[in-house]
Amino acid sequence: MDLLTTHDIVKDFQGHRALDHVSINVPKGSIFGLLGPNGAGKTTLIRIINQITAPDTGSVIFDGRPIRRDDVFRIGYLPEERGLYKKMKVGEQSLYLAQLKGLSQAEARKRLKYWFEKFEIDSWWNKKVEELSKGMQQKVQFITTVLHEPELLIFDEPFSGFDPINVNLLKKEILKMKENGSTIIFSTHNMASVEELCDHISLVNESKTLLEGSVSEVRKKFSSDIISVGFEGDPEAIRQKLNKRFEVLEIKENGIGKEARIKIPGASEPNELIKELVNLTEIHSYNEVIPGMNDIFIQVVESASKNKKTKGHE
Amino acid sequence: MNKISLIIRREYLTRVRKKSFIIMSAIGPLLFAALMVLPAVFASMEDKELRTIAVIDESMVLTSYASGQPVSVIPETEYLKFTALDDVELETLKENFESTGYYAVLYIPSNIFNSERAILYSNKQPSLDISSHIRNAMEREIENMKLVANDIENLDQILKEVETNISISNIKWTKSGEAKRSNTGLVMGIGYASGLLIYMFIFIYGSMTMRGVIEEKSSRIVEVIVSSVRPFQLMMGKIIGVGMVGLTQFVIWIVFTGILVVGATSIMGFDMQQPAAGQPAATELFAEGASTAGAAADAEALSDEIASGGDAFIADIMASFESIRPGKILLAFLFFFLFGYLMYGSLFAIIGSAVDNETETQQFMLPITLPLILGIIVMANVMNNPHGPLAFWFSIFPLTSPVVMMVRMPFEVPAWELALSAGLLILTILGAVWVAGKIYRTGILMYGKKVTYKELWKWLRYKN
Repeated sequence: MDLLTTHDIVKDFQGHRALDHVSINVPKGSIFGLLGPNGAGKTTLIRIINQITAPDTGSVIFDGRPIRRDDVFRIGYLPEERGLYKKMKVGEQSLYLAQLKGLSQAEARKRLKYWFEKFEIDSWWNKKVEELSKGMQQKVQFITTVLHEPELLIFDEPFSGFDPINVNLLKKEILKMKENGSTIIFSTHNMASVEELCDHISLVNESKTLLEGSVSEVRKKFSSDIISVGFEGDPEAIRQKLNKRFEVLEIKENGIGKEARIKIPGASEPNELIKELVNLTEIHSYNEVIPGMNDIFIQVVESASKNKKTKGHE
Repeated sequence: MNKISLIIRREYLTRVRKKSFIIMSAIGPLLFAALMVLPAVFASMEDKELRTIAVIDESMVLTSYASGQPVSVIPETEYLKFTALDDVELETLKENFESTGYYAVLYIPSNIFNSERAILYSNKQPSLDISSHIRNAMEREIENMKLVANDIENLDQILKEVETNISISNIKWTKSGEAKRSNTGLVMGIGYASGLLIYMFIFIYGSMTMRGVIEEKSSRIVEVIVSSVRPFQLMMGKIIGVGMVGLTQFVIWIVFTGILVVGATSIMGFDMQQPAAGQPAATELFAEGASTAGAAADAEALSDEIASGGDAFIADIMASFESIRPGKILLAFLFFFLFGYLMYGSLFAIIGSAVDNETETQQFMLPITLPLILGIIVMANVMNNPHGPLAFWFSIFPLTSPVVMMVRMPFEVPAWELALSAGLLILTILGAVWVAGKIYRTGILMYGKKVTYKELWKWLRYKN
C-alpha cells in the first residue's frame, strides 16, 4: 500500500513549467529515492508534498485521502537549504521547532533529552547555534526533523555537509526508522547511497518522470547484455573471432590480467559465448555487467536531453 | 499551544532579552526628555496669515486716546493687528465671535497692575509667538509706567520692583459655549512628541521586522519553519511579536520618563501633590466662572487658583492638559501607533522577503521611507496651521496619517476627519497585509536572485 502518491502534478512558474504531470507512488515502509539532476523539479515536488506551495493541477494523496493541513504533524522534512536561528540557544530552539510540530513542551523536552544523549551532544543545550560547527548544526537539524516521530520523513540531500562518520550514524538512524515503520523519501544525487538505502526510485528530469519502480526492477530493465570476461591470451584473436557473432566493446589490460567487455546481441546466448571463448583462451572470470544507478542515471538523463535536441533541430 | 502564539512568543522573547533592547530602554527616556525642548523652537517659527485681535482694556492704561480713537499700545506687526474696543461687552463679543472675524480677543482686567494677568479668548489654539508678542509688549508698557510712577532715587530697588511678568491664559470658546483653558506650548509639545514617537516606532520596529525576515532567509531556517506553519502565520507572528516588543519598549519609556520628570521636578523644588489635588477644583471653578459672570469671574478664578493652588505654573499645565482631552489623544495615539506600525511592518516584511541580505534592501526602502520622512517634514507646517489643507491631506493619506494626524490631534480634529483617516488606514492595512502575504511566501524561498519590482509583481500574481 502506498503511504503517499502524487497524481499528475503540474506546477507552472511564470514562463517555466517546474513539474509536468508528475506522479509518484511511495509505498508504505519503503525508502523512496527521488532522483534527478539539479533543477529537475525535485524540490518543488517536495515543497508541494509539504504544503509549502500548492500544485496548479493534480493532487497529493496521503494515507489514502487527499492531504490535509494537519498532516504536517505526521511529516518530518529536512530541506536542502537548511539552517537554524544563529543567535538562539540550541535547546530553546529545538524546543521551539518541536512545539511547532505539535509536541507539548514537556514531551519535547523528554524526547530531546533522549536524542541529545544518544548523539552525545547534551553539553550543547545552552550553547548558541553560532558557536557550533556546521556538522554539529546538522546533527541538531536531524534531531528536530525526526523528533515528532513522523510517519513520513523527507530528506533533501541529507548527507551534504556531513563527515563520513556522521553519514554512517545518519544512515544507521534512517534504516532504524524504516524498521520502525516510517516511510522515507530521499532526494539526492548521491547514487551510491541510493543503491545502499533505497527500495524504490523515481527519476525526474526537466519536470518529467523518466523512470520509476523498485531499484531491482530498474536495474534489471537496464541490464545491458554485456559480459565481462577475464582471460589469458591474445586480445586481437578474440576480437577477430568474436566480432562475427558478438560485439567486443573494449579490451583492457591491467595488473591482474586482461578483461574484455562483450555485448551479446540476443538475450539467449551467454552459453554460446562461453563455448567460443573456451576454444580461444583461458577464462579467469565471467560476469554479467549489471549497471549501477549512477550509470542508469547518466544514461537516462543524457538520452533524454539528446532526444530533446534532435526534436529541436527538426 | 496555537502556532501563531508560539511564533509571537519566540519573536518577542528573543528580542526583549537582547542587550540592545535593554540599552534602548535606558537611553530612550533621556532622548525623549531632550525632545520636549524642540516644540518651543518650532512654535517660534513665523506664520504668514494676517490676524486681527480685538482688545478690551478695562484698565484703560494700555490704550492710547491720543488720536481721539482708542488705539492699543501693543505694537502691530506685519501679520498681527490690534483693534481696541472701548464700548463693547465681552459677552457680546463672545456671542458674535464667529462673525466678527477676529482671531482672538485680548481681555485686560482693570487690576492688571496687581494681577499681572490678561486673558486671550479664541476658538482656535493661538500660536505661541502671538501669545509671547502680546505678553512682551504688555510687560514693557507696564514696566515703563511703573518706572514713571516711581522716583529714580534708589534705582536698584526700583528696577527690582518694576520687574513684571505677564502670563497669558488662553481660554477657548467652544461651540457648546464652555470656556476651556489651553496652553499652546503644551499642545504643540504633545502633538510633536506623539508624531515623532510614532515615526520612530515605525522606523525602528518596521526595519526590525525586515531584518528578522532577512535573518530567517539567510540562516536558511525558513523552509524548516514553513513546513510546519503557513508562511502567512510566520509573517504575522513576526510582525505582531516585534510590535509587542515595541509596545513594551514604549511602556518602559513612559514609566522611566515619568520617573525622570518626577525626579527632576522634586529636585527643582516643585510640590507635585499640591497641583494634582487642586487641579480638578480649578477646572470646576473655571466652568462655573465662564458660564455665569464671564471674564471678571474668569480672572477672579485665576487669582483664586493662584492663591489656593500654590504653584501656578504646574496648575496651568495640568488644567491645559485636561482641556485637550488626554483620554481621546491617548486612544488616538495607540490606534495610529499600532495600526501605523502594522501597515509599515507588512511593507517592511515584503522587502525582507524579497532580498538576500541587508545591503540589497536599499532599492526598495525609498518608496516606504519617503512618505514617513515627508510626514516629519510637514510636521512644523501642520503645527502652525493645524486646520489647513496641507494638514488635512497629510493626515488623511494612510502612509502619512499615523504621524501627521497625531500632530493635529491636540488641536481638536473634527470627528469625520478622524473617522475617514482611521478608516482609510484600516483599509490600507488589510491591503498591505494581503499583498505582503502573497509576496512573502514566494520571496522567502527565493535565493540568489536579483529581485526587481517587476519580479515582485509576478510573485503577487502567483496562485498560492
